[in-house]
Amino acid sequence: MKKLIAIPATLVLGLSMPSAHAQNVAQEVRELRQLIMAMQADYESRISDLEARLAGAERQSRSAQRDAEDAIELAEQTAITQSSGASAPNTFNPSIGAVLVGRYAEVDNGWDQIPGFQPAGEIGTGEPGFSVGEAEINFKANVDARYFGNLTVAVVEEEGEVEVEFEEAWLQTTDLPYGLSALGGRFFSEAGYLNGFHFHADDFVDRPLPYQAFFGGRYTVDGLQARWVAPTPLLVEIGGEVNWGGGFPATANEDNSPGAWTLFSNFGGDVGDSHAWQLGLSWIRADAVERAAEDDPDAFTGNSDLAAIDFVWKWAPAGNPVRRNFKLQGEYFRRSERGLYAGLPYDADQSGWYLQGVYQFAPTWRVGLRHDVADPESGPLFAGTAIEDPGRDASRDSLMIDWSPSEFSRLRMQYTRDKVLQESENLWFLQYIMSIGAHGAHQF
Amino acid sequence: MIRIVFVLFCLFSTAAAHALDVFACEPEWASLVDELAGDNADTTTALTAFQDPHVIQARPSLIAAVRSADLIVCTGADLEIGWLPLLLRRAGNPRIQPGNPGYFLAADHVRRLEIPRTIDRAQGDIHPQGNPHIHLHPRNIERVAEALAERLASVDAENASQYASRLADFLARWESATDRWEQAAAPLAGMRLASHHRSFSYLAEWLDLDIVATLEPKPGIPPSGAQLAALLEQLTPNPPRGVIRTPYENEKPSAWLSERLNIPQIMLPYTIGGSSDSLDLFSLYDATLALLEEHNH
Repeated sequence: MKKLIAIPATLVLGLSMPSAHAQNVAQEVRELRQLIMAMQADYESRISDLEARLAGAERQSRSAQRDAEDAIELAEQTAITQSSGASAPNTFNPSIGAVLVGRYAEVDNGWDQIPGFQPAGEIGTGEPGFSVGEAEINFKANVDARYFGNLTVAVVEEEGEVEVEFEEAWLQTTDLPYGLSALGGRFFSEAGYLNGFHFHADDFVDRPLPYQAFFGGRYTVDGLQARWVAPTPLLVEIGGEVNWGGGFPATANEDNSPGAWTLFSNFGGDVGDSHAWQLGLSWIRADAVERAAEDDPDAFTGNSDLAAIDFVWKWAPAGNPVRRNFKLQGEYFRRSERGLYAGLPYDADQSGWYLQGVYQFAPTWRVGLRHDVADPESGPLFAGTAIEDPGRDASRDSLMIDWSPSEFSRLRMQYTRDKVLQESENLWFLQYIMSIGAHGAHQF
Repeated sequence: MIRIVFVLFCLFSTAAAHALDVFACEPEWASLVDELAGDNADTTTALTAFQDPHVIQARPSLIAAVRSADLIVCTGADLEIGWLPLLLRRAGNPRIQPGNPGYFLAADHVRRLEIPRTIDRAQGDIHPQGNPHIHLHPRNIERVAEALAERLASVDAENASQYASRLADFLARWESATDRWEQAAAPLAGMRLASHHRSFSYLAEWLDLDIVATLEPKPGIPPSGAQLAALLEQLTPNPPRGVIRTPYENEKPSAWLSERLNIPQIMLPYTIGGSSDSLDLFSLYDATLALLEEHNH
């Protein structure tokens, strides 16, 4: 500010001395130049000062931005850590699920054994009218890094008494190498395709006739299973089971020897994107001792050999089953039993098969058709016993339609033309299957 | 005899030096493995873009593929809950069991949207861990890529440096592509759309799209005629720009609604292979943005 006041003072001084004019002009120019230079230096210093302050502010802002980014990152990471957990069948440990099944059946006569076959387990058309089926409760989880455990209990009411049945209670290894795994406890045998499924996963209200005739619904093993998956692009799986339990067609033996052995193999793959298939071969050898159904005085002792072949083919457009898909499934069983029945020599070859197709024609809606047959051929010796040869096959034709508004609920209607007994009968069923808790498995 | 032994030895030693066997549940992760591992990995993909990851089954070919895998790369957050646990149990392969390095779930490494406060099946087939369709946000791809490269290095330590340098290369390309996409997609902000399922929540978050309705009344529950009619009434006063869906979702509800609202139905590729020009993650994003831009008028 002082310099600005000094400028007019110098100019006034210069004008008041005209005598030394030329000399003064040069002097004034010099002074003016000095003045301008001083001003320039002053402004430059101010500008550089401002620049420095600006740069400082920028540095501060960048560092603030980095801090903010770090904070966001930290918050995000925290959110990830807090929200992540291993993807398990549900968020509980163990995963717990329950399945509720009930039905209404329109049955006039009905049956609880197939003529020509030794009665096995609880089979047949079941109670007429409304009945609450079994309520199944399942627990499963990894036990530790080596084992996976599974427990299924079924709560059923039989003749007014509530019973809790062990359906499955098994452990499976998860850390064996080379495609090997072992399973022990009580489990559904790998023999046959349908045997590995729970009843509530079936496509029809009841199991096909060969399952009822040869397994009493299903074949359960109390023992061990070992299996091996080959390192091939096509599924090649082989395995075996040893059964110490008394699941039909075996009996529990008094000594340490197992009652039955199983060998099984599964093959499967894709054909293009739209088709997938699986073929299974299995064989069960049972040594039965005094095998008899409840309330039946006649027992069987001897060897029982069952061979089974199963085939499943599934189709969906581009492999996407959301709108439409089709499943064709068939199994053939042949059983040879040699030994004594009711004290008489017994030698029978019996067979059974079924073929079924289920078509999902719209999301949530499916229709299915099934034909199932059991062929007794036990011979004429046993007139008057449970296995008296009826001289014909037992067979049925069933048509079902079901509706599943979500993956967890299903309502089904089924009509069956039943030719198991001499007189054929029309059966109607309505069924509900509801699952709560853990998400079910999409087993092929 | 010695010659036979030698031939056998060569066969087995090539098998030993053989690339990492990777099982990817979805095509987007197969593509990411390809970016990070290149020829080091031999990848099998469980699904195509036309198959719904929620509903497929543990079919035999998948059991066979998991049996030989050194690493599985899946989404997690319960997307594959119906079939992956079954595959793990059937395969007899300890390397890829949960807790081992060969078990990698992408969704564990990102911030998930739509985590439900209450978990009740009356809300539909909800995922307790949030929306699992995470791959259509570039930030998520970045996060998963970083974690996956680390995992590849721990499964295959010999080639660790390769995975690190491939990751750096990928991230550089991905970040510059992201800048390009964000500039190009700026006009999409606020674009109003209806969506079949909540398959595009992350894309919507990234681009600030406005998903005004989902056709499914609840996640995983197909819409009934009455529900669609109600939706039509709701949207008629101010129709969205279009109805978006993935290639695997039922096209009928989208078609019905878009026809009545006189708006386009837009099948976004969703994942690699979902359209003829979605060949990898980069072109998937290109194709998705191009389709949205085309319909944003």
